[in-house]
Amino acid sequence: MEKLEIAGRIFESRLIFGTGGFTSLDVLRRCLELSGTSLVTVAMRRVDAGAKGSIIDVIEQSGCEVLPNTAGCYTARDAVVTARMAREALGTNWVKLEVIGDDRTLFPDGPELIAAARELVDEGFVVLPYSNDDPILAKRLEDEGCAAVMPLGSPIGSGAGIRNPYNIAIIAENASVPVILDAGIGTASDAVLAMELGCDGILVASSISRAKDPIAMTGAIKLSVEAGWLARVAGRIPRRLYAEGSTASAGLPDLRATDLRED
Amino acid sequence: MPEKNFDCVIVGGGVIGLAIAWRISQLGLSVALLERHHPALAASWVAAGMLAPVTEVSYGEEELLAFNLEAAARYPSFVEELSRSSGITVELSKNGTLFVALDRDQKEALEMLFEFQSSLGLDAEWIGDGKLRELESGLRPSARAAVLARNDRSIDPRVLTGALLEAAQREGTLIFPETEVTSIAIQGGNCTGVRTASGDEFKTTNVVVAAGSWSGSIEGMPAEIRENLRPVKGQLMHLKPGGGLPGPVEHIIRTEEIYLVPREDGSIVAGASVEEKGFDTTITAGEIYELLRSADEAVPGIREMELAATISGLRPGTPDNRPLIGPTSIDGLVAATGHFRNGILQTAVTADAVARFVVKGEALPEMKRFHPERFAVAK
Repeated sequence: MEKLEIAGRIFESRLIFGTGGFTSLDVLRRCLELSGTSLVTVAMRRVDAGAKGSIIDVIEQSGCEVLPNTAGCYTARDAVVTARMAREALGTNWVKLEVIGDDRTLFPDGPELIAAARELVDEGFVVLPYSNDDPILAKRLEDEGCAAVMPLGSPIGSGAGIRNPYNIAIIAENASVPVILDAGIGTASDAVLAMELGCDGILVASSISRAKDPIAMTGAIKLSVEAGWLARVAGRIPRRLYAEGSTASAGLPDLRATDLRED
Repeated sequence: MPEKNFDCVIVGGGVIGLAIAWRISQLGLSVALLERHHPALAASWVAAGMLAPVTEVSYGEEELLAFNLEAAARYPSFVEELSRSSGITVELSKNGTLFVALDRDQKEALEMLFEFQSSLGLDAEWIGDGKLRELESGLRPSARAAVLARNDRSIDPRVLTGALLEAAQREGTLIFPETEVTSIAIQGGNCTGVRTASGDEFKTTNVVVAAGSWSGSIEGMPAEIRENLRPVKGQLMHLKPGGGLPGPVEHIIRTEEIYLVPREDGSIVAGASVEEKGFDTTITAGEIYELLRSADEAVPGIREMELAATISGLRPGTPDNRPLIGPTSIDGLVAATGHFRNGILQTAVTADAVARFVVKGEALPEMKRFHPERFAVAK
């Protein structure tokens, strides 16, 4: 399988993990180890990066890299400050940029997102913005120099899947940076669809952390990302209204004769 | 200063340490309890005191559930004995817990929880919206449904710890406040006592570490304690009935966002955030705002209440959310910590198990399940 490349770096897995909703650090650790992921995003406003035995330690012990995010920020200013704090604390200039518009939908605030992305790119950050499923906003973020775009499939934690597959396909088709589907995955088939639509990777958290069996769901999502990617590379057949026999009527093999020979 | 030689030394004067001290003293051993500040002022002071194994059950934690059910079942007789022993009346709440769904999404999630509770044979009852507000008229009228767990009660941890302190002292426990243990004394692989910040040494062959989130910070503590404990911050608020009004709710109210624990006098303890912030205990505007909003969404009557206090504390978390109970890799050093969100609930069972181990050398089933060294292989 071709590898995911973001900002010149190669990642072994097309799966990025979020840490929200895990019932225990032990479950998170086991999921990370099984998933093969190498990038795990953490809300900088909710953790103390220096605290021992915390979520950051678990991620690093699992051989993954911490991707700080700015979840919980409502203004470009807050997001920029949080990103700088993360750079200081974790020694990384990568940031998953989130600027939220309201706390019921957790939809991104487009104008603030662009303003924050501009400032952070200027400061040398590798910016991965969580955006709406809006192809124009995605394009604008790319124009600002973002290293990837991360459109939502549906609201964070909703598990409602990809509500506008056409937009996701348009975003993927037009982007010259990787497209990571962020938010909305509810189960394995959503992940397959994301990859088939042209995404380069997906980010999951709730679909795994809140599943009855998070470990089993990790396995399912991992396979589905691979399956979706392979299916896309393989190329689906065109959709038709009427049947199209898979075998031409001329030159049909004589199945009965074959059966007899095998006896 | 009396002779500093004891059958047992307990490090930490929280609810767990106090309960163990009481139980071991009852069995006739001499006990010193060392507390770096004053007893029961850290997590035990902040805890809301929910005893709610059914409401709080989660996927994949069935083993913890079994322990929590046992812990809750032990409580009525535990507080009855404690009340007699201390002369302080300690009671469980009369009513159980309502896990309330406030909108369609929450109702769907609650249906899944109820299905899970039912599949485990737990005592939980589905309450539709007609009956719901008959049961609890203070709920927001838009509340859709609830699960009633009749046996998920609560206790006021401040009353509980007050009684435990009294009972332990009546049984002969010596309490040493403002006595910080800085290191464990070890000779030939055996624990021989503890040393304090002021340079005193307490000699004993049985040290019980019950210092919550701080248990790992003591010098000489083995790796299984040091590496598997982390503080998990929680912020809560206390609301008091305003202007002679009664309290707005009768049951313990749980939603996806918050729990509201009513006390006898109509006041409410509401919590709690779950934050991975190290030893920080700052009260933040954002978390209190969210608690207020979530409380109002469930029970609009809280608006008329006095916001009497905002408090925060540190739960001793472990990698698998289960406590660390039992012998450690150092002979004579016993762990009773890591109770995370269940410290009050697991107090009675923990104290009984540790006391029997220390006094009689009996290893109880809890000790197998929650053995402090269980993580060693995984690392």
